[in-house]
Amino acid sequence: MATDTSANDILQTATQLRAQIGGEQYHDKLMEAIYTDAAQIADQSVSREGQRSRLGFDQLLDKALTHPVFGFIVMGLMFLGVFWLTIAGANIPSAILSDLLLGTVYGWLHTLATALSFPLWLSGLLIDGIYLATAWVVAVMLPPMAIFFPLFTLLEDFGYLPRVAFNLDRMFHKAGAHGKQSLSMMMGFGCNAAGVIATRIIDSPRERLIAIITNNFSICNGRWPTLILMGTIFIGATAPPALASFFAAASVVTIAVLGIFVTLLVSAFLSRSWLKGEASVYSLELPPYRPPRILQTLYTSIIDRTLIVLWRAVTMAAPAGAVIWLSSNIYIGDASIAGHLVNLLNPVGVLLGLNGVILVAYIVAIPANEIVIPTVLMLTLTLGRNIAGAQAGVMMELDEGQVYTVLTQVGGWTLLTAVNLMLFSLLHNPCSTTILTIWKETKNVRWTVVATILPIVLGVGVTFTTATIARLLGWV
Amino acid sequence: MITQTETLPTTACATCPAFNSAQLRKLGINTEDWDYVVALAGNPNTGKSTVFNALTGLRQHVGNWPGKTVARAEGGFRYDDANYKLVDLPGTYSLLSTSVDEEIARDFILFGQPDVTIVVVDATRLERNLNLCLQILEITDRVVVALNLMDEANRHGLKVDERHLMRQLGVPVVPMVARRGEGIPELLSAVRQVVRGEFAVRPHRIQYRDLQIENAVNNLVGQLDARFPGLPNARWVALRLLEGDESIEHALAEGTLGDLQRGEAIKSQNERMTMGVVGYGD
Repeated sequence: MATDTSANDILQTATQLRAQIGGEQYHDKLMEAIYTDAAQIADQSVSREGQRSRLGFDQLLDKALTHPVFGFIVMGLMFLGVFWLTIAGANIPSAILSDLLLGTVYGWLHTLATALSFPLWLSGLLIDGIYLATAWVVAVMLPPMAIFFPLFTLLEDFGYLPRVAFNLDRMFHKAGAHGKQSLSMMMGFGCNAAGVIATRIIDSPRERLIAIITNNFSICNGRWPTLILMGTIFIGATAPPALASFFAAASVVTIAVLGIFVTLLVSAFLSRSWLKGEASVYSLELPPYRPPRILQTLYTSIIDRTLIVLWRAVTMAAPAGAVIWLSSNIYIGDASIAGHLVNLLNPVGVLLGLNGVILVAYIVAIPANEIVIPTVLMLTLTLGRNIAGAQAGVMMELDEGQVYTVLTQVGGWTLLTAVNLMLFSLLHNPCSTTILTIWKETKNVRWTVVATILPIVLGVGVTFTTATIARLLGWV
Repeated sequence: MITQTETLPTTACATCPAFNSAQLRKLGINTEDWDYVVALAGNPNTGKSTVFNALTGLRQHVGNWPGKTVARAEGGFRYDDANYKLVDLPGTYSLLSTSVDEEIARDFILFGQPDVTIVVVDATRLERNLNLCLQILEITDRVVVALNLMDEANRHGLKVDERHLMRQLGVPVVPMVARRGEGIPELLSAVRQVVRGEFAVRPHRIQYRDLQIENAVNNLVGQLDARFPGLPNARWVALRLLEGDESIEHALAEGTLGDLQRGEAIKSQNERMTMGVVGYGD
């Protein structure tokens, strides 16, 4: 064991020497030496040509965008604008897509299956299960995403996101959390799994845990479509037609902002209870504004974000479609498997202002939030097929107006159901990918469980409260 | 991906930057059979991922905000008959603190023993960027400095004397505008010079201007040299031990540090650090 002794000798010497050179001061001296050398080299290498500079414009813009009051107004307007463009712009392509995929192509496939004399169960499973679930996801998700992601990426490319983080920093600090959490939160607006990984930029383990646990309150790719659809067909519909998409956009922004508030509240709670401590100080760099490269942004955001996210949704939707079709067509006693499940969960669902179908959809959608809406529609149609005239487990060709009709007439939905679905979409367990990522990053079962269960508890509490209030006031 | 037939260069071609850039073959995520490992380090938001994409042809998400890349991303390129594996490290301001991203960057530069580390530097914020650059030069002298965002520096009326910088740092300095692909050929040729040992690097050493510290460091360096002859960064290790850096103490006690003298750390490190690439939906 000569090697070990030798290594230990070195460690011992280091400890002795450390005491001589005076611990705390040593680190400062190192930093000072580095800074001195860096300053010297930089000073000699850089010269300033006159005072002509464009810093003035950047500074002016920063003053406006990070203003304590005005900054928040701009932030609200900016996101409202993004969602308004998304909702208003996605209407027509969405209608065309569902017409094509759920009408024409769906019809062709059935004709083809009949020509090839497929047995009924096979054409049912393949076309009414797998194909329709996939087509639904594409029709519902593709248009809004193809508009939302490029817009968001343009803002990001321009350098706006760090300003948002800067604005929110004060609040995070007050909540006892790390200011950089605002950055991982922004990342979570794309994907919570990516957001959880992004918390690596936070030094303190305590603050990093808070950021990980609360990342789920950032609405992710998979949840935007649910919110946008509910906002469009239920909330927007309550407004005069001219203002419909504005109302719809406002409702989506409200949920997203609510998510930020929940993030702050839960962070404040955690930093005063299980994860007690002071917020650390750090510096946030505001990068220069850069003119966004529009074409490149369009290309990368469509290829890298839209198609990748869509692909993930499709790969999840295909097997889910098969599962839903099978569970709706395999009978045990007097009802299908899906029917039994929905009946079982319905009383709880109703108590929360939701229903059994929605709760079953959230169980099916644990691997991916993207398939909540297709599952809800498929199950609603199946269980009320006599009214809608559809076969068991078949998702029909539906445009937005018809979705509204199906949900209200067949599913018995009210405005409360839609609002509570939006709330539940914000407040429920993370998807399985995110849960796995949380475990990988924390290597701690307890915190992973907390991060998984806490949002559900909140979701149940909030939706139960809104449902009870709405009922007491006689709104539903 | 390497099916194209080689074009035979003429002597005139060999000195032309356009040809040299044309010699670059982007290999995407294909990093098999690499001859050299190149690390990309630098402050956050200086354009590391842009350089990474330009060299590998990959489309690692690039955003105008610090903290975008937190895990390592890997890609490959072929240049002048050699395959390179390029590793995009998280952006950090320093290598002295304790956050996970800084540890990933530091551990890779130390234990991964890359053949070259490209330090991407923001020309408009040179002083602060040099802090990290000087720290990296203490760990490894096989460094190429990519002086990026030269267009922004010009817009702000800043003139950076890259020759002076090169003399001061003792490693190649390449002015670039990575967003527009300017300087990529020069960067590649600088990387080649360093891996082939054609550039005589004389890395800047930080002066601690404190006799006690210098004595303590020399004392430890002596012991480290005796225990691990040929350890490439004994001075840096000594500084960390004096600081009481736990992960370095651990590496010393475990013997991982000893592997550095023989270049054996690379393999185990690559196995240990197969962290995922941050992306949407994976």
